[in-house]
Amino acid sequence: MTAGRSFRLASGGLVARDAPLRFSFDGADYEGLAGDTLASALLANGVRLAGRSFKYHRPRGIVAAGSEEPNALVELGAVGRREPDTRATTAELFDGLSARSQNRWPSLRFDAMAVNSLFAPLLGAGFYYKTFMWPASFWERLYEPLIRRAAGLGRIAEARDPDRYETVHDHCDVLVVGAGPAGIAAALAAARAGAKTILVEEDFVAGGRLVADRREIDGVGGAEFARAAQAELAGLPNARVLVRTALFGAYDHGEYGAVERVTDHLADPPPFAVRQRLRRIFAKRCIVAAGAIERPLPFGDNDRPGVMLAGAVRAYLNRYAVTPGTRAVVFADNDDAARTLADLALAGVEVAAHVDPRPGAAARLTAASGVATRAIEGVVTRALGRLAVTGAASVDAAGAAWRVDCDLIAVSGGWTPSAHLTTHLGGKPAWREDIGAFAPGALPPGMAVAGAAAGDFGLADALTGGWAAGARAAQDLGFAPPPPREPKVDPDAPARASTLRVHPGARGKVFVDLQNDVTTGDVALARREGFRRPEHLKRYTTLGMATDQGKTSGPLGLAELAALEGREVSDLAPTTWRPPFTPVAIGALAGAHVGPDLQPTRLPPAHAVAVEMGAVFVPAGPWLRAQYYPQGAESGWLEAADAEVRAVRAAAGVCDVSTLGKFEVAGADAAAFLDFAFANPVGALAPGRVRYGLLLRDDGMAMDDGTVARLAPHRFVVTSSSVGGPAAHLHFDFQRQARKPDLDVRIENVTSQWAQFSVAGPRARDAIARVLDPAFDVSDAAFPYLAAGEARLAGGEPARLFRLSYSGERAYEIATPAQWGAGLFRALVAACEELGGRAYGLEALNVMRIEKGHVAGSEIDGRTTPRDLGLDKFVAKKKDFVGRAMLSRPTLLDPARPSLVGLRSVEPDARIVAGAHLLAEGAPFDARHDLGHVTTFGHSPTLGRWIALALVKDGAARIGTRLRAVEPLRGHDALCEVVAPAQFDPEGSRLHG
Amino acid sequence: MKFSFASVLSNALGGNAAWPAQWRSPEPKASYDAVIVGAGGHGLATAYYMAKERGLTNVAVIEKGWLGGGNTGRNTTIIRSNYLWEESEAIYEHAMGLWQELSTELNYNVMYSARGVMMLAHDRHDVETFKRHVHANRLAGIDNEWISAGEAKAFCPPLDVSPTLRFPVVGAALQRCGGVARHDAVAWGYARAASAMGVDIVQNCAVTGIRRDPSGAVAGVETSKGFIGAKKVGVVAAGHTSTVMAMAGVRMPLESYPLQALVSEPVKPFMPCVVMSNKIHAYMSQSDKGELVIGAGTDAYTSYSQRGALHISEHTLEAICELFPAVRRLRMLRNWGGIVDVTPDRSPIIGRTPVAGLFVNCGWGTGGFKATPGSGHVFAHTLATGEPHPIAAPFSLDRFRTGRLIDEAAAAAVAH
Ligand SMILES: Cc1cc2nc3c(=O)[nH]c(=O)nc-3n(C[C@H](O)[C@H](O)[C@H](O)COP(=O)(O)OP(=O)(O)OC[C@H]3O[C@@H](n4cnc5c(N)ncnc54)[C@H](O)[C@@H]3O)c2cc1C
Repeated sequence: MTAGRSFRLASGGLVARDAPLRFSFDGADYEGLAGDTLASALLANGVRLAGRSFKYHRPRGIVAAGSEEPNALVELGAVGRREPDTRATTAELFDGLSARSQNRWPSLRFDAMAVNSLFAPLLGAGFYYKTFMWPASFWERLYEPLIRRAAGLGRIAEARDPDRYETVHDHCDVLVVGAGPAGIAAALAAARAGAKTILVEEDFVAGGRLVADRREIDGVGGAEFARAAQAELAGLPNARVLVRTALFGAYDHGEYGAVERVTDHLADPPPFAVRQRLRRIFAKRCIVAAGAIERPLPFGDNDRPGVMLAGAVRAYLNRYAVTPGTRAVVFADNDDAARTLADLALAGVEVAAHVDPRPGAAARLTAASGVATRAIEGVVTRALGRLAVTGAASVDAAGAAWRVDCDLIAVSGGWTPSAHLTTHLGGKPAWREDIGAFAPGALPPGMAVAGAAAGDFGLADALTGGWAAGARAAQDLGFAPPPPREPKVDPDAPARASTLRVHPGARGKVFVDLQNDVTTGDVALARREGFRRPEHLKRYTTLGMATDQGKTSGPLGLAELAALEGREVSDLAPTTWRPPFTPVAIGALAGAHVGPDLQPTRLPPAHAVAVEMGAVFVPAGPWLRAQYYPQGAESGWLEAADAEVRAVRAAAGVCDVSTLGKFEVAGADAAAFLDFAFANPVGALAPGRVRYGLLLRDDGMAMDDGTVARLAPHRFVVTSSSVGGPAAHLHFDFQRQARKPDLDVRIENVTSQWAQFSVAGPRARDAIARVLDPAFDVSDAAFPYLAAGEARLAGGEPARLFRLSYSGERAYEIATPAQWGAGLFRALVAACEELGGRAYGLEALNVMRIEKGHVAGSEIDGRTTPRDLGLDKFVAKKKDFVGRAMLSRPTLLDPARPSLVGLRSVEPDARIVAGAHLLAEGAPFDARHDLGHVTTFGHSPTLGRWIALALVKDGAARIGTRLRAVEPLRGHDALCEVVAPAQFDPEGSRLHG
Repeated sequence: MKFSFASVLSNALGGNAAWPAQWRSPEPKASYDAVIVGAGGHGLATAYYMAKERGLTNVAVIEKGWLGGGNTGRNTTIIRSNYLWEESEAIYEHAMGLWQELSTELNYNVMYSARGVMMLAHDRHDVETFKRHVHANRLAGIDNEWISAGEAKAFCPPLDVSPTLRFPVVGAALQRCGGVARHDAVAWGYARAASAMGVDIVQNCAVTGIRRDPSGAVAGVETSKGFIGAKKVGVVAAGHTSTVMAMAGVRMPLESYPLQALVSEPVKPFMPCVVMSNKIHAYMSQSDKGELVIGAGTDAYTSYSQRGALHISEHTLEAICELFPAVRRLRMLRNWGGIVDVTPDRSPIIGRTPVAGLFVNCGWGTGGFKATPGSGHVFAHTLATGEPHPIAAPFSLDRFRTGRLIDEAAAAAVAH
């Protein structure tokens, strides 16, 4: 055990030595520095065991220094802020951070589930497809719960996350992804040319490899170069650098998704700050400079804590001034190893051996780096140790076996360009022989790649390539390109990626995918069983499906499969990378649209008046509407609605119908357009008149209904139902744009611009007269049934008046611009009350429409034709209209189709409920005897019983018969009489009463 | 080799070196009695039942990519049968029956798990519609029950049913026998069993044309591996059905839309069942691996690109956060899309076409995984006999002409 000692170097690094931070891991307290990640701080404290693996619960350490980390996943936060599966390598340290290891019991050092390792031969790839089948019922009761309990890494939060998230939309000319040398150069070139530039970096420090390696550009240190560039960009009005911002996806039409970690790194986030911010970035050009990902190498027990990617070792040494070990073996098959050797030696880490399989390479590189170590031309065959590496076994070219004591094995199989973002829109990576890796292939429009992401691994190439890409993007967009730049840097060693295979002498498990515990044995087994395509291999073994999406395991798996197949890696296609590039908090994607803001609650202009009146509200689509207005001793909806219906039928009532969809339709061809959009002839309407309007879908089914009023020869106002408003709007727009583009017509949705009220009852005219300008003549002669026109309220406010009735009573609908809505409603309520009436809500409205047999959403359910609803009398015979062709399909004309009827209970108190099914008296409750269903119901005080509308097979023929309305859930079984839809005043005499 | 605990054990002792390939990978023959286009679950199941129940083994399944790589390997695996209309109830219930025994039937653990599918009601309109559904299902003898918000919470503890939600949960329809299965295993299990009986599964082979003889009847298919003769061709190509059918000059009443799904990082058991909300467009379950499997609605525009727009997943996750407030800090791990073939009435098309010898099984849209065994079973009958199976008969192509629609649109707003 190394804990207790400091592994921090005395100097160097981008850490603030004057800013110590306290943190804890699995309950033990430690200290780190500002600038640390959790991973570097753990390493600084000698903590190397960071987690347990998914299946075998093998001890695991820190492998990487960035978002490709497969092993070191920890749990942060508590209760509502508990956050599983966080990479220690990207978690920025803050004072008080508390992290816990996952998927182990009882403790990280002693994990009882590690016995799984003993059964490994049984638990090979896909074992669960082959067993647990007998007996069938045991799967759900026994096997599956066991598997489930074992699966899953971390634990989800216990409560609602108290933090806030938000979404913003950014627009720019050039988006640069990744602030390594290539990205910095690209951003500088684009921004200096004048393009609006955004540079995003997932890390909290800009620089990429510049802060992980010891490099100089034009005589300046890499970190300093990055800092200066960042400062320059920050000072330009047309550029922005966003650190802690991971670009996770590329979408159609130049849209990119990024998530910014705003306060995750703060011990005490300021109040009101959001935790994370989703950025939807819309960019004309995008330059992917996301760097490259180092490949591990396959050997026995290559998962032991202490086996680390060489590039990560250098990052810990140079950026964090932490030594991840005291005695290292470097195992690499590319010349990049020279840097690793030099950096280790400089930090005072003893290099016990340098192992390289290439002839002469180990000796050559060791000599060149001037590091005194044993050069072994060969391979590491196995990592020794269990909870930590204690040594490396290796075999040299002559076949001699070596055992070297060490606590760190720095491995490198070369680098693979980070091509993920270039494939989200369907691009396929292409093999590059010169680098031995897949690199971005055909790119989506507007996207370019630069630097290591493009397969240009050298620093000089990254800088010039990035600069050129930035300049080209700017030039494409019409900006004058800046002059080319030729920075002076120290030369690079080419780091061609390898396809090194496991040495036959290797012992122990060789891991391909560390997080999902996929071994070379699993790959071989899957291939043997026919899973020979990378996609099949992935699915059968789960290789590459872990939370790192196979960033380090993908190339290894592909190489292994290719070798088994006796093919070149280049012949295989890598599996598709899906967004997101790194996992993104679900809360960030949901943004601010949570709780009451999930969707806006729409309130009609007079809502406050209804609240004052003590109304009870009910949601109707996005709207909140008054269901009833209880008065005095009325105890519930039934009593109140009964009283409201009686008041309307006896005197006058007012109902807020502001929620109706409202549309202004204007233009020389407005009449022709409406004639096409509506099934009934509305274009022939005379100015000053209003009429029922029926909308059909293309397939002839009823879609919605409303009214059409002609205010002037070229100006109409149209209404739809309340819930159907948005759909009607889309429908009108689609018909105008796609079907009738040549007509001169404009359509404006004015739903929220107007308040509208229905005033109904024998005294309705008196009520309406009290709120209107006395000069306006509402006599039946001047304003007969179905008249429409513009008017003024008593105070001179503009208004529109329509003589329409839904309730079957004499009725008016009066509209006024929203700002006068509340006042008008108050006045109308007062007028009705003076006349012995009252306000009425949705419940009473529904009862009255059932009494009258008027259809609404519950009947217009997308499956009914005008004929089914008894509306065929409205359908025009001559003109063309939406839905006409399909309306005449033979089955739709079948008289036996369910059609609209009215129902009334035989026993006054027997409640008929919506959703009940209708059966003949005495018929059994089964599908064969099902005759239809109740669509809506209510209690009619007028008729003194429960009434309903229903869709019934052979409806018209059943009028006068009796049916049972059966609702077995609550035991409702009401005998009812089938009647014509209009049960009350079928002649319509009250309309004029 | 029969799969069993014993075979796993004995192979483990033998270093797992003796497992044979699960299916053969033959080159196509010059001709077959029948060719099935598309090695998704439906195509493979069709081949399996043709071989198993009709003894027809001179059959090829032609797949342009890799078997199971279409919607079969992309869907969220929700299985239920509580559809509204009698015709739908019949076919989905037929499938439900086959699911219960599928692992044993195929000797492949497809992990069918009847965890219960709960559809949430959020307002009075939902309540009335759902109750009608429940009654219609009960009339047909199909499992579906109505439960209160409290009962829904008891059935799925992490669900938020507080009345203060923007769209409070006011009740739910629950089908207890509904659940999930492992999608890949379904394709692999059918492929392995069909291949063992002699069916050729030809991967990496795209059908590029449909050849017809002088009488107009089907003579075979042109493919990227050459012409393959067959008097009977069954097209089971999901989102690409309309393009394949167009090769024979048949225009299908289908629209192809991207449909997205996503999974979270894996976590310890969190939710025990499947929860769906049509109203706010989201549904979720948890896989055996621990990932939360989340589905969205279709994108707004037709397309063949297997990816979706960002705002669609945002919208879905808003709804998920509303229903399950504990998920906000969990991360989305993968997001993908599939191309679904949508019919005007949201019901499938199974049967004959105007071209003699050409049959089609498509239009399963956003919800056909659950039907896989039933769909394959009835379509095998159609391909074998040339006549529709009684359960499939109502799903004829002709219904769009006659108007005898089976409109599941309301049930299928987010129909999985
Ligand atoms: C995101 C998503 C979520 C879903 N969720 C659910 C759910 O929860 N529950 C549910 O029941 N359903 C769900 N579905 C629907 C379900 O996936 C499909 O209905 C079902 O899998 C279709 O199966 P299939 O075999 O017909 O199609 P596929 O699996 O798509 O098979 C069709 C095959 O045809 C091949 N093909 C196409 N063209 C050609 C050609 N020219 N030549 C050769 N081969 C060709 C394709 O490559 C493909 O492999 C979902 C779908 C998606 C996309």
